[in-house]
Amino acid sequence: MLAVLLRRLLNIIPTVGAVILVIFLLFSVIPGSFTSTGAEDGRMLDPQVMERMRKEMGLDDPILERFGRYVGHTLVGDLGKSFRTREPVTKLIGDRLWPSLKLAIAAMCFAILVGVPLGFIAALRPGSIVDSVSMVGAVSGLSLPQFWLGLMLMYLFGLLLGWLPSFGYGDGGPRYLILPALALGFNPMALLARTTRAAVLDVLNADFVRTARSKGMAETRVVTWHVMRNALVLVITTIGLQFGSLMGAAVVVEKLFSWPGLGSLLVDSVFQRDIPAVQGCILVIVLFFLVINTLVDLAYAVIDPRIRYA
Amino acid sequence: MRKLAWMAAALAVLALGQAQAQTPRKGGTIRFSAPYSASLNSLDIHTTPRAQDDIVGKALNRSLYSWDSAAGKVVLELAKSVSVSADGLVYTYKLRDDAYFHNGRKMTADDIIWSYSRILDSSRGFPGVRYIRIIKGAAEVEKGQTKEISGLRKIDDFTLEMTLADRVEPGYYLFNGTTAILPKEEESRLNSHPIGLGPFKFVEHIPGSRVVAERWEKFYKPGKPYADRFVLLMMPEAAARDLAFRSKEIDTSILGPAQYVVYRNDPELSKGILEVAEMFTRSMQFNPAYKPFSDKRVRQAINYAVDTDLIIKRLVKDKAYRATSWLPSASPAFDKSIKPYPYDPEKAKKLLAEAGYPNGFEFEITTSANESWGLPIVEAMIPMLAKVGIKMKPKMVEVTVLTEVAMKGEHQAFIGSSLTGPDSLATLLCFYSKTPRTACNYTGFNDPAFDKLIDEAGQAVDQAKRNDLLRQANNLIFEAAPVWFFNYNKAVMAYQPWIHGLQANPTELTHQYVEDVWVDERSPAK
Repeated sequence: MLAVLLRRLLNIIPTVGAVILVIFLLFSVIPGSFTSTGAEDGRMLDPQVMERMRKEMGLDDPILERFGRYVGHTLVGDLGKSFRTREPVTKLIGDRLWPSLKLAIAAMCFAILVGVPLGFIAALRPGSIVDSVSMVGAVSGLSLPQFWLGLMLMYLFGLLLGWLPSFGYGDGGPRYLILPALALGFNPMALLARTTRAAVLDVLNADFVRTARSKGMAETRVVTWHVMRNALVLVITTIGLQFGSLMGAAVVVEKLFSWPGLGSLLVDSVFQRDIPAVQGCILVIVLFFLVINTLVDLAYAVIDPRIRYA
Repeated sequence: MRKLAWMAAALAVLALGQAQAQTPRKGGTIRFSAPYSASLNSLDIHTTPRAQDDIVGKALNRSLYSWDSAAGKVVLELAKSVSVSADGLVYTYKLRDDAYFHNGRKMTADDIIWSYSRILDSSRGFPGVRYIRIIKGAAEVEKGQTKEISGLRKIDDFTLEMTLADRVEPGYYLFNGTTAILPKEEESRLNSHPIGLGPFKFVEHIPGSRVVAERWEKFYKPGKPYADRFVLLMMPEAAARDLAFRSKEIDTSILGPAQYVVYRNDPELSKGILEVAEMFTRSMQFNPAYKPFSDKRVRQAINYAVDTDLIIKRLVKDKAYRATSWLPSASPAFDKSIKPYPYDPEKAKKLLAEAGYPNGFEFEITTSANESWGLPIVEAMIPMLAKVGIKMKPKMVEVTVLTEVAMKGEHQAFIGSSLTGPDSLATLLCFYSKTPRTACNYTGFNDPAFDKLIDEAGQAVDQAKRNDLLRQANNLIFEAAPVWFFNYNKAVMAYQPWIHGLQANPTELTHQYVEDVWVDERSPAK
């Protein structure tokens, strides 16, 4: 088990290194710089001030020098200073991390609690009305754009019914969390429902399930002990992948609902070419994805001993 | 007789109700929405040039001058009076002795000197430098040659003498949010916990969500601010802002062209619309380095060839005013008698033929995706210009890149929006031959007659004479057509029926002096 963990952790290092390199190179070659973003809607910046800002931010230094400085600082946990706010990027990310995590966790809880049972029920009664309705819902969920869905939720629950605030963070409580979490969690919920259905159907047709049934094992025990456990590997993989990518996917939802997470920070930072903040946000999102995937790998080893010894 | 008495009583009640409705109510919460991005760059207003940051800046801070929207001019804010020397260069301010920072300390002349010196700090790029540079000796501080601004002299705690480097109206420069007066002792926390002289005192900032401030009891205007709290909510998505406005969760919302049509045609929503011609001129600017554009007749031909009114009506949904010169209509040097270029393709063809392009020519236009002054406008112009033989090819870039392209002169033409006020002289300096391209002379304009008018205006002490010279210079630009004159932005703000005292600020509609804003008892916010 420890070997599995070590192997997975070692895999993270080259991935993070590659990500750092790619982000740095990308933002070194794309046109536009932070100093010119202040000229929004025709407000002019003074050329001397722009020059001073470039110097202060080290934007005129040779690319290798900047890269060396960036890597060196990153290794000791210093993600640099934001060009926009002139604050440490670690502080900016720290402020936004919890709202983002809270949103991702809430969205994933919704996806799991609705998607997995839905897929399970549909698989146990293939071709039934429950199966048809849930799968139509799942396909629709996969094809609905988050932005549109979010607006519809705001319209229904915020404007028409008036049950929930249509936007904002408020006190960070459930009333403000529900709508963005639904908008973010709907797509993974639909995917989970479909994946669970496929996985359960696959296991239901397996020889060992037929054997269990022919031995006279109670159907409830067949389903809970043999089917669920074996279908779980695929379901957990999907949960892990979806959860890992939720932080990145939250960009649209966070901006729409004015949710103060990493996604909205990333969007603003990209538009204003705040390179240290962009690099920091992407690094955290990638790390989050890798950590979740490592946890999923470890979960495999717990569920299926064959993986442990592979 | 009895009937008459009843009617009189009813009228009296009605009149009383109306009077009450007009009497500002103390208390309540003002909830503004911030439409430009999902977060603020900084609460330290010296460090940020962004319009969004100054929405909250107007609640927390104050500058030496402010903009009076009703009078349409800059007025003294932190000074009670000012006397000006005969040569128009030395200003002596009698400062307010009742202005307190939010930490309880009284503002003095030292705070103004410190704030202006901080903005000039040569090791940092503060955007307000361009405004402080009008003071004599500022340039030396900026270069790091000295630490003190020679043009600023403290006579006593509440008297300040300011000597200018040139004869300009200092109010146009020193009303900007980036020149706010801040307390030296709070410098280290100005971003995390701003302390200013504004009507509201900082309470909390949730980055990416909201800023909350509460009434500053020691604000220097008696009885103001009216509201107990001020909340600025980050809402960059127009559709989400629309829903939040309709569900009464925000008090104001800035409208884009599509929403403007919907709100204007709605019997209820149309009652709460504030419109103003902002001091932004939208135009296509020509680079004379590209040969056809070095000829005035070609530039004029483009102005005749485009049906500008049609574009404003159909594409911009009338959320703009036709530009009839470079200076906006709110400018004191604006010539009201001037007429726009009419749509006349035949005249355009004739001018092109005279200029040696009877079959037209081809050029590339650099544009952003902006719905009001970007690609959609360019797409509408393409067939109009094709009619007179001009082939226009769009090249799309981000707004950020557009500024850099313009500064480097790497374009044949570009379409954009330019701040054109409130100082007419500073605005027209963008066509002065000695103004470098990097500063704002993107058209590389060079006309000795224009330069002469600008030089004379710069020397004129009499304001009326100065305005007259600037009016002539502005008309000269209109005739020389270094740009295609498109429109002046019509900024539109939707507001709820319970909010009062909003100002039609042409320098930026979202910049409200919130001490004058109040909400009546119908407001759902406590």
